[in-house]
Amino acid sequence: MTALDSTASVKEGVDQETVDAVRNMGTYKYGWDTEIEMDYAPKGLNEDIVRLISTKNDEPEWMTAWRLAAYERWTQKEEPSWAMVDYPKIDYQDQYYYARPKSMETKPKSLDEVDPKLLETYQKLGIPLKEQMILAGVEGAGESPSDAAPERKVAVDAVFDSVSVGTTFQKELKEAGVIFCSISEAIREHPELVKKYLGSVVPVSDNFFATLNSAVFSDGSFVYVPPGVRCPMELSTYFRINAENTGQFERTLIIADKGSYVSYLEGCTAPQRDTTQLHAAVVEIIVEEDAEVKYSTVQNWFPGDENGKGGIYNFVTKRADCRGDRAKVMWTQVETGSAVTWKYPSCILRGEESQGEFYSIAIANNYQQADTGTKMVHLGKNTKSRIVSKGISAGRAQNTYRGLVSMHPKAKNSRNYTQCDSLLIGDQCGAHTVPYIEVKNNSSRVEHEATTSKVDDDQLFYCRSRGMDEEEAVALVVNGFCREVLQALPMEFAMEAQQLVAISLEGSVG
Amino acid sequence: MGALAKPRADALEARLAALQLPEGGWAEPARRDALARLSATGLPQGRDEYWKYTRPDTLNAPEAPEAALFAGSETLIFSQRERLKITFVDGVFDPDQSDALELEGITIERLSEAANRDIHWAKDLYGVLEARGQDPVARPLAALNTAFAADGILIHVTGRPSKPVSLVYQHRGTRSDAILHHVVKVESGAEMTLLENGPAAARFNKVLEVDVADGGRFHHVRAQGRDHERRAATHIFARLGRESLFKSFTMTANGVLTRNECVIEFTGDDAVAHVAGASMGDGDFHHDDTVFITHDAVNCESRQVFKKVLRNGATGVFQGKILVKKDAQQTDGYQISQSLLLDEDSQFLAKPELEIYADDVACSHGSTSGAIDDDALYYLRSRGVPRREAQDMLTLSFLAEALAEIEDEDLAEEIRERLEAWLSRRRG
Repeated sequence: MTALDSTASVKEGVDQETVDAVRNMGTYKYGWDTEIEMDYAPKGLNEDIVRLISTKNDEPEWMTAWRLAAYERWTQKEEPSWAMVDYPKIDYQDQYYYARPKSMETKPKSLDEVDPKLLETYQKLGIPLKEQMILAGVEGAGESPSDAAPERKVAVDAVFDSVSVGTTFQKELKEAGVIFCSISEAIREHPELVKKYLGSVVPVSDNFFATLNSAVFSDGSFVYVPPGVRCPMELSTYFRINAENTGQFERTLIIADKGSYVSYLEGCTAPQRDTTQLHAAVVEIIVEEDAEVKYSTVQNWFPGDENGKGGIYNFVTKRADCRGDRAKVMWTQVETGSAVTWKYPSCILRGEESQGEFYSIAIANNYQQADTGTKMVHLGKNTKSRIVSKGISAGRAQNTYRGLVSMHPKAKNSRNYTQCDSLLIGDQCGAHTVPYIEVKNNSSRVEHEATTSKVDDDQLFYCRSRGMDEEEAVALVVNGFCREVLQALPMEFAMEAQQLVAISLEGSVG
Repeated sequence: MGALAKPRADALEARLAALQLPEGGWAEPARRDALARLSATGLPQGRDEYWKYTRPDTLNAPEAPEAALFAGSETLIFSQRERLKITFVDGVFDPDQSDALELEGITIERLSEAANRDIHWAKDLYGVLEARGQDPVARPLAALNTAFAADGILIHVTGRPSKPVSLVYQHRGTRSDAILHHVVKVESGAEMTLLENGPAAARFNKVLEVDVADGGRFHHVRAQGRDHERRAATHIFARLGRESLFKSFTMTANGVLTRNECVIEFTGDDAVAHVAGASMGDGDFHHDDTVFITHDAVNCESRQVFKKVLRNGATGVFQGKILVKKDAQQTDGYQISQSLLLDEDSQFLAKPELEIYADDVACSHGSTSGAIDDDALYYLRSRGVPRREAQDMLTLSFLAEALAEIEDEDLAEEIRERLEAWLSRRRG
């Protein structure tokens, strides 16, 4: 089955986006690399490297000590093996743990001073680092600044390998009282906040990868939204791995104080390389009373080529702690990239009446392996959670939903609804569901449903009988299958995600 | 044993010291193989993923923990029906309380007698199905059973016997430790019903291996109950041929610890397997249903229906898995696990898994947990039904889907009466 050739006329009633998406099939769009001089820390991991990273970031002593303690714990930990992913043993001493563009040696004071090559990189990715521009994919993108509607502004923190290149709209955010900067900057400028919250949701020794991250994280984003503030724009971080053999370990800390609101977007890509690369991130979210956080991810790391060569190993720990009553958190993720994904964005529902939601689309094609899901830990009374997970497997991929819903004895009158659906395209792939359900009180209700099926022949036949070719028809059916999750995404991401769904399934039909 | 970690090796050594491997006959090589399997894995431990929700300590201990005998008087279930009765007392065959082992269309032998011969049909099955069931998850207690079971029943079904075979287990010694191993071979086109009831021993380890040939049919209805303090670890290993049928239902009422594992493998196309359970627990009751169904043939149907009613701090566990192999197209797999928690202290722990490698399948699973529906209760009360009775009615209707899996209506009715009696006893 070949992708649509450009001369094919668009059939009536076919969504233009679907057609565009199918047309764009063929390559990983973000597989190019940026030729730029880099500073590397020596290969391997030991106390000196940890110290070096800390020094490079100008960190205070307490931070260095924190990292060293994490490193000490990491050396005693074993890599987890319970996930349904199979990859060659990672040599943790054969990686670079710190890589920084040479031009970033002295931190630029403003975006105007940033190396044009870096700015170009983000431009090419559709990530505007000039404040007058707005995210690609949104109407009017690339047009004159006056056309960009002010309410659709998105502040971006761009992370390139180990360092944050720049953060946009900092001034405007500051006026609203919102702190949005790189975590290295926050450690220097807001130590009291970082000290109070860092590691309070994902403890240093939480798991092998989180511990590794705690020792060597180089940069990431920091957000603090003060009480009662509704963040005036969407915040976004864009992660780009560029250097070869380099692990990326970013750390994100988001604090939504009482009654505040913030919506946060995360995007990631990497060049196409033959060797695999390591990515182990930690995201911690603290949600206080009446606050709300939306966290959306479109993960599009390089998935490896169609023979399973190269790609990113994505081991991520993401957790939100609803500390206050009526706190609310919503995770939305579209996982299309990475050779191996190990990721379980979780919610600790501690406050009474707090709410957690998890919407996920995980697509695995070719030799990709995804083991992803969520944990909903109900501790407080009247807490609610909802899980909607859509897994799509194609090619020779393995896709696993793994989740936990836990109702503690004190979480009276709580409620969970879980739905995980899997779709199989082709007979070489696998779709698996591994839910854990623990109910320890009787006033709570837990419902879990899961289905696995293939793309419905009747639906395909219907589309084909109306003149679509098979690949178009599959893309349409799959988009329909994912609709519930796509609708939960902020507009900036929804369109990109919809196209990604089709692109990721490239070559899976026929 | 060298590869095992110290605590595991020690636990195994202590357990093995209390056991003796029966020697001689066709069974001995099978027993030695099983012992090798057990030695390779060691006994289950609390940190094993497969034992996440059930503590195996008392099942592993060298000696059975003490269990008081049932003091009440109660007519035993199935006792009023036409059947061929075989009784085991604390895991030992009791000829005085058993019928003659003769029935048309079927041959029945004791393992302890048949094992001494040089050749026997059971040689191809004894420990064979159990060994197949050790992958991908080890089931060490089953391997231990194959190695050390001295008694049990071997049933060869060649026709359609006129009545069910009924195994009755009696518990007499407060520290009795019973190990029984049964093998059933259902030939092509043959059909039988196997009944089991009784508490068996203070601690009971039982394996039932069932091989159903093409077009064969096997029905199994089991009632585990009464003696509150008993502990049991049971395994069913079934292999199903083309167009065969396997149906197993278990009712469990009380028991400090019950772990029922059921491992089913479809090897022939167009076969059907249904496994169901209704359990009721009160107080320090721990009940674990662990089911593993492997689809390795085309167009097979599997169904798992498990319902648990829990009160006064009882714990219900369900671990169910449907594995659909690459070429097992047109698989229809269904799995439901539900619990009704009658009070604040009880808990339900579930892990319903799907692992699917074929694309043309329809597999689904559902799991729910909650209290009695207030609206339904209100409805019944508004029609003059007293609260307690209304609760029982709703509880029985909750269990009905599992009971519907029993094909024989009389048997289903008998089970239903037992469930009702259990509820009314607790109504007080």
